[in-house]
Amino acid sequence: MKEKSVLEMRNIHKSFPGVRALQAVDFTLCEGEIHALMGENGAGKSTLIKVLTGVYEKDEGEIYLKGLDKAAVIRSPQDAQNLGISTVYQEITLCPNLSVAENMYIGRGKGVCANWKKMNEDADKILKSLDIPAKATQQLSSCSIAIQQMVAIARAVDMDCKVLILDEPTSSLDEQEVEKLFVLMRDLKAKGVGIIFVTHFLDQVYEVCDKITVLRDGKLVGEYEIKDLPRVKLVATMLGKELDDMSDIKGEQKVYEGKDSGESLFEAEGLQSNAGIKPFDFYIKKGEVNGFTGLLGSGRSECVRAIFGADRVIHGKLKKNGKEVKISKPLDAMKQGIAYLPEDRKLDGIVGDMSVRDNIILAAQVLRGFFRPFSKAEKNKFAEEYIKLLEIKTASADTPIKALSGGNQQKVILARWLLTHPEYLILDEPTRGIDVGTKVEIQKLVLKLASEGMSVTFISSETDEMLRTCSRLVVMRDRKVVGELTGDELTQSGIMATIAGGDN
Amino acid sequence: MKNITNKMRGKQIFIPIVALVLLALFNLIVDPSFYKVTMDVNSAGNPVLSGYLITILDYGSELAILAIGMTLVTAASGGQDISVGATVAIAGSVILRVLCGTNSRPETLQAPVIVAFLVACLAAMACGAFNGLLVAKFNIQPMIATLILFTAGRSIAAWINNNELPVISEESFGVYGGFIPGIPIPTPVFIMLICVLVTGLALKYTNLGLYTQAVGINASSSRLNGLNPAFIKFLAFVILGLCVAVVGLIKVSRLSSINYSVIAKDIEMDAILAVALGGNALSGGKFNMAASILGAYVIQFLTTTLYKFNVDSAALSAYKAVVVIALVVSSAPVVRKKFAGLAKKLKPQAKEVA
Repeated sequence: MKEKSVLEMRNIHKSFPGVRALQAVDFTLCEGEIHALMGENGAGKSTLIKVLTGVYEKDEGEIYLKGLDKAAVIRSPQDAQNLGISTVYQEITLCPNLSVAENMYIGRGKGVCANWKKMNEDADKILKSLDIPAKATQQLSSCSIAIQQMVAIARAVDMDCKVLILDEPTSSLDEQEVEKLFVLMRDLKAKGVGIIFVTHFLDQVYEVCDKITVLRDGKLVGEYEIKDLPRVKLVATMLGKELDDMSDIKGEQKVYEGKDSGESLFEAEGLQSNAGIKPFDFYIKKGEVNGFTGLLGSGRSECVRAIFGADRVIHGKLKKNGKEVKISKPLDAMKQGIAYLPEDRKLDGIVGDMSVRDNIILAAQVLRGFFRPFSKAEKNKFAEEYIKLLEIKTASADTPIKALSGGNQQKVILARWLLTHPEYLILDEPTRGIDVGTKVEIQKLVLKLASEGMSVTFISSETDEMLRTCSRLVVMRDRKVVGELTGDELTQSGIMATIAGGDN
Repeated sequence: MKNITNKMRGKQIFIPIVALVLLALFNLIVDPSFYKVTMDVNSAGNPVLSGYLITILDYGSELAILAIGMTLVTAASGGQDISVGATVAIAGSVILRVLCGTNSRPETLQAPVIVAFLVACLAAMACGAFNGLLVAKFNIQPMIATLILFTAGRSIAAWINNNELPVISEESFGVYGGFIPGIPIPTPVFIMLICVLVTGLALKYTNLGLYTQAVGINASSSRLNGLNPAFIKFLAFVILGLCVAVVGLIKVSRLSSINYSVIAKDIEMDAILAVALGGNALSGGKFNMAASILGAYVIQFLTTTLYKFNVDSAALSAYKAVVVIALVVSSAPVVRKKFAGLAKKLKPQAKEVA
């Protein structure tokens, strides 16, 4: 082991049925360093992290830690934790029905008895020091996703770790929260903690990281000092190709922009659901791409969920082509030609144990009816068609969807809805936690579908992505629609100003 | 042969098959007479097959029918119905009540058997609906929800017949749990075949399988795909109710009477074991119907084997438990992974030897 390194992983191999997830990967982390682990979806980042944290057992290779003479044995997350390796995962893995404090201390107690009072006090102290707006005794599920994520980080930070792994911690945080996190990361770095930072946000990498390790298709591409690897080159390294695709989309004209004459396909008047949003008006035209924007928790998702009937609508009406339609459950919306890709892929999107094939045909099958199942041949045909069309990387159509990487899971869900041939496609955070390449693919697909006449609502936390795809943006603040931007108003600063509103 | 075993490995149905083969081998080694099947003549003068194997087929069929419903309930709700024994008593009691009318020992049947059976179907499906409502609508744990009928069912069954013990003297009623004149194979086998056929057709020509599994794996996602998870869970319990009615008919037909506290006792545990032995996750989700049905016969095979060795009926459960532990542990994913690893290690050595 080198003198300054806290962690060395050597020659790591790991395979899953049909997939070689990691092949001879090396990784070195030094003291007081923020080290970005980069790669496309399915490149093996998450697998490497899970090997390190004992979630998966490696097939081959050694892991060395500072202060240990021989290779570390990590067979369970508990082992990893005891060795000073703490993790905050991409998807929140805390227990929503426990309190914040319980979540921070669960699995860490030495004795049998717990001192609840002290635990709550300690937790409050930590939350306060990190500026996290949550109470120790509050039930975790009553916090927003962003705060839950921060609690997870607080838990990891509090565990006195030598190696801190942040696996996509920022994908559900807004900019201020990300800033707060960075302050925290720099703090820890100064204290000598080695931080592994997995993210898809290039800006963030260049803002906080010292080194970058790039993986591609389960293999190590290389380790670079941040100053030696300009942004364009990093993306090229990750994709293994040049960046023509990226520039393509920027040059592309937004289709149907400014074409105001058309009638609205769907129109909502004073729509309100039981999810706590204020009544809102909304319309979408044929072939239009619009978006909802706003800070996290501003009610973006709740609006589209109300349109789709996912939350119970308590007020207002929805019209299709000028005629009122009744939507009280998702099936009603589907029958009206609406498709909805939900925000939380793991919880609301995938049907984990089910095959990619069944996941693709599910919505179309439900629309077709209980007594009219697709034949095996039809199912196969649909699955093959969409696996090819969206370039879904899977061992076969029989593979359970949960074995796929995040981006490919998302493509399967997208395929599911495209198969229903919707007139109106709602995409809620379709690119969250997805690599650059797939992001661009999805954006391009959205524009292509719109040019073919499909109406699309696109929601994303990344405003530049929304600016690239949407011709009209509905801006939300505090669960209320506060503005609408079109044409020249569609700029970063325009959005920011509207979001900020008259409050400042 | 090797190809077949390789193909089978990792498939779910491998588990009950291995269990069956082990049990079969055990009996073959200890006492081959276990497999003796003879042609006898029963009291009605009809030729009937008898022997341990026939007993297994006979009683295993009851269990197989229940396993069908239990598999669906398990898949959709991620829990089990422990009230099936008690609801079999209710269904059986209803059949007798309809057949006997007001007199508990009638000379002739007071209603056609088919009518009695249909009324029992309604009663059992109502019980299923009650369980289903508690689980699907009120989100009560299936085992707790069904604990209600588990406790109350046998009393209700007794109450249906005013706590009398009706006896059917009409011999033709014994056909459903006995033999059809001229056919030496027990009738429950045919009833089971009909049930399996209907289930097979339902799984092939409707989306019952896809919907139950989707709901069992991820209810929230299923809802957003237009399904109604509550209704599908409810439906699974009602279907199990139907299975219960069929078993109720077989059970009362066997005795031409009923014993409220003994009829179908502990059958729910055997049915749940059948599902587990079939390699289905008891936490719901994906299921393999064929494996469950085979599992039911394996459980009956085990029970019959124990009876054959004159295990005291009071001690039966304890012996069964030992075997069940072995079966269930060996089919647990953790253990199977270990086995797979072991097989991998052994393979190269085997090659060298060759």
